[in-house]
Amino acid sequence: MIEVNSLSKVFGDVSALSDVSFRARDGVITGLLGPNGAGKSTCLRILSSVLRPSHGAASVGGIDISDDPLAVRRIIGTLPHGAGLYPHLTAVENIRYFGLLCGVDRATLSKRIDRLVQQLDLGDVANRKAGGFSQGERTKVALARAIVHEPPHLLLDEPTNGLDVMAVRQLRKWLQELAREGRCILISSHVMQEISALADDLVIIAHGRIAAKGTPEELADRFGKLDLEEIFVSAVGGESS
Amino acid sequence: MMSAIVTVCRKEILDNSRDRRTLLTATLLGPLLGPIFFVFIFNVSISRATSSAEEQIDVPIIGAEYAGNLVAFLASRGIAASEGHGLANIDEAISAVRNGDREVVVFVDDSFGEDLASEAGAHVTLIYDESDTASGRRVGRVRGSVGAYSQQIGSLRLLARGLDPSVVRPLIIDNFDVSTAEERSSLILGMLTYFLLFATLMGGLHLATDTTAGERERKSLEPLLATPVSRSSLILGKMGATTAYMLLSLALTLACFAIAVPYMSIDDLGMSASFGPVTAMTAFLVLLPFAPLGAALMTVVACFTKSYKEAQSYLGFVILVPTLPLILASILNVRPSLALMAVPSLSQHLLITNLIRAEPLEASMLAVSVATTLLLGVLLAYAAVRLYERERILG
Repeated sequence: MIEVNSLSKVFGDVSALSDVSFRARDGVITGLLGPNGAGKSTCLRILSSVLRPSHGAASVGGIDISDDPLAVRRIIGTLPHGAGLYPHLTAVENIRYFGLLCGVDRATLSKRIDRLVQQLDLGDVANRKAGGFSQGERTKVALARAIVHEPPHLLLDEPTNGLDVMAVRQLRKWLQELAREGRCILISSHVMQEISALADDLVIIAHGRIAAKGTPEELADRFGKLDLEEIFVSAVGGESS
Repeated sequence: MMSAIVTVCRKEILDNSRDRRTLLTATLLGPLLGPIFFVFIFNVSISRATSSAEEQIDVPIIGAEYAGNLVAFLASRGIAASEGHGLANIDEAISAVRNGDREVVVFVDDSFGEDLASEAGAHVTLIYDESDTASGRRVGRVRGSVGAYSQQIGSLRLLARGLDPSVVRPLIIDNFDVSTAEERSSLILGMLTYFLLFATLMGGLHLATDTTAGERERKSLEPLLATPVSRSSLILGKMGATTAYMLLSLALTLACFAIAVPYMSIDDLGMSASFGPVTAMTAFLVLLPFAPLGAALMTVVACFTKSYKEAQSYLGFVILVPTLPLILASILNVRPSLALMAVPSLSQHLLITNLIRAEPLEASMLAVSVATTLLLGVLLAYAAVRLYERERILG
């Protein structure tokens, strides 16, 4: 469970987030939806305790992110914007490095990496250096890296960026499986279609503020529209903005 | 915490071992270029220092036939008139010197003999290039010898008139050069520390940038900061890897010097400079504390910068900082003292110079050098940790 209460973040005199509150439940996929620059990445960075909030509070799995950031980081897996792999390390080495940093012992780690390589269909690139990977391969390795310590919470920043249709479908299936296992999954995106196919709960964010939240059905009722894209446009303030 | 530091350190060592730039600077640039350059300079300056004092030199003398006695006098002092120099007049001599074909040319007028006999003052012209420092000693020898010939004739003239020649020489200057060959050469050998420090810093230069500014630019910093490892452990692991590469570079450089020094003509200077395996290993131990200091210094600078390129350009200057005390030391010719041991890089320089001169290392000096260098290293490492803990590190 991730709870965000009146979270604000100010960079210099730029307000990136103001008074954001929402909740991401365990066992479901929560979509953080918003146009570019809306504050989605800032929100995820605060939740992964890489950034500190200016005001407000947030907790992950009941642990306040400001009180014990190390404990929070133990129970989250993150996929940042842009995979951020080490180009000189192989796929397996990239995953293993993070597994070791998360305190997974070597024997367990090897078994998990073998399984992830199989699940994510990474067999061909497992022992190749990440520098030459395609966007899809990079994202898959970064996902494996995010989940290698089996965290109960996943924070994924635009995971489908640059993936082709087949890869997106594969990823969707896999994420739904992870949610069924009881994990709390928070995904940011600016693409309607993938979120509508994936998320159980929606948080629409624009200009650093919550524009709307609820299940897709609730939102459809509220805005009197069935198409998620129409709902999104209404929620963030119309086409003209 | 410790295991996380080790994990980070091992990963950075592995990662950078696959980077050609890192390997080139750590294993080739510093370790090989230094000793090769050094051997070259060393041999050139030794041959200059020892050779020009006594060597036989050939000097073109235009109009030698008008000054037979002068030519003979010069020959007795090791300055031979070159045969067939092909220079006919003063203009040709000037262009020959200007082109660098000749270092010095002596020109004697055809009226030399008459002027000398009539005591009118006979002219001898020296053509040389003052800006050519390499020829300076030889020009000086020619000028001195011509002057000596002039003085000899002057003395004979005074004697012929019944006067003591010392009447016109009220002052007698006695030269007493106390520099020994060993001291002159230790100045050159002092440059050795410069190359050792330089190679040590070069070895870690790339890592200090790559593990901080480089990691941020590759966007791998954000997931790294989201792992359950404290930022101080992360940056300490990174500094550990930087230190490891610096020590590798230092060890290779010392090995290269140990191989190269026997090929230097140190014996020509009557020096007992020894640089065998034992000296190399002792030098490694003396320089050991300098590596973490340098790693912390470079990491602090790299943490300040916003991009990889900016870090690299700042570090280009930063690696010159530890060489400043060395330059000052060679200008001021300082001797080792306990107070100076508190200055990192200078203390290593003085200790290693002692080591090469085969003089004993004083335990107290070594202790002060190690302690102050490590202390400054710890302070800088603390500064690096604080910088890394800033939110702005993400850029």
